[in-house]
Amino acid sequence: MNLSLKKVVICLFVCVIIAVFPLLTNHTSDFGGSDDAASNEISQIIGHEYEPWASPVFEPPGSETESLLFCLQAALGAGVFGFGLGVLYEKNKKSKKDTV
Amino acid sequence: MTKKEKKVFLLTAVLCLFFAVPQKAQAMHIMEGYLPPKDCVLWFVLCIPFIAAGFMSLKKITAENKKALIILAMAGAFTFVLSSLKIPSVTGSSSHPTGTGFGAVIFGPWVMSIIGVIVLVFQALLLAHGGITTLGANTFSMAVAGPFVSYGVYKLCRKLKAGKFISVALAAGLGDLFTYCVTSFQLSLAYPSPNGGIFMSMIKFLAIFAVTQIPLAIIEGIITALALSAIEKISDLDFDNKGILKREA
Repeated sequence: MNLSLKKVVICLFVCVIIAVFPLLTNHTSDFGGSDDAASNEISQIIGHEYEPWASPVFEPPGSETESLLFCLQAALGAGVFGFGLGVLYEKNKKSKKDTV
Repeated sequence: MTKKEKKVFLLTAVLCLFFAVPQKAQAMHIMEGYLPPKDCVLWFVLCIPFIAAGFMSLKKITAENKKALIILAMAGAFTFVLSSLKIPSVTGSSSHPTGTGFGAVIFGPWVMSIIGVIVLVFQALLLAHGGITTLGANTFSMAVAGPFVSYGVYKLCRKLKAGKFISVALAAGLGDLFTYCVTSFQLSLAYPSPNGGIFMSMIKFLAIFAVTQIPLAIIEGIITALALSAIEKISDLDFDNKGILKREA
């Protein structure tokens, strides 16, 4: 699977377009979660407001704290992933040296 | 650009995308308390055999070689990153990819149940996203059903001699989409419509979850294929037929 640089750039560009397109075409929505939309649907189906029978153990006090935690999740993941790439790169370099 | 420079670019480009700032607002997974207790138990029980098999698979993978352990950690990290990215979709809702196709393609579907559960517990406890009572249902959709579809699609594509990039992209994308189809099914099973039953509800929930997910599934497919090609390029490993596990042994 040898990708040329051009292909990589095109792929990333396509991703960005797909993510940005809704923002440009839909001005009325605030892009809430699809699970909120689902809970409205549940209320419609059963005919009255649905009362969840359990509530989250811990709920971030506001959207700022929530975005902090989500960022943390992404940062942790990206860090580990980047480290892994680094380890593989070095190992590969070393094993190539050994075989020469 | 030299070959080495290209490698660096590829690496940073992929990483930059991972760092994209997450959108605020709640997104998918079935929320805490939104499934009747009966359903919660049902999905928990259905997950048990897969978790058990996941542990065995995990043990086997880590015993086989050390390089696999690194890539396994990367598969977990990949799921962490992708499931934190809430991306706006054409329906006016946001949702996030699952990131489970990556590991499923490399290691097979079983071990992803373990990785999926870890991510879901993290989100349920700290982010009020998903929930503990609905953990079984969410595990089944994201950590069991999705990875199995990804793995199946990948194997099928390779058998049909499709290119590796396309195979991985299709596998990850369809696995992502299927996860939300299962979510829709779980909700319609719990809330059948009074006129039309489960089938009517299913259509309504699919309209919310699956349609929202289509563009995200395409993104997940592309990113997963890019990430895998980056690993292949950097590590000189070959992903076919779990070659990654055997070559070093």
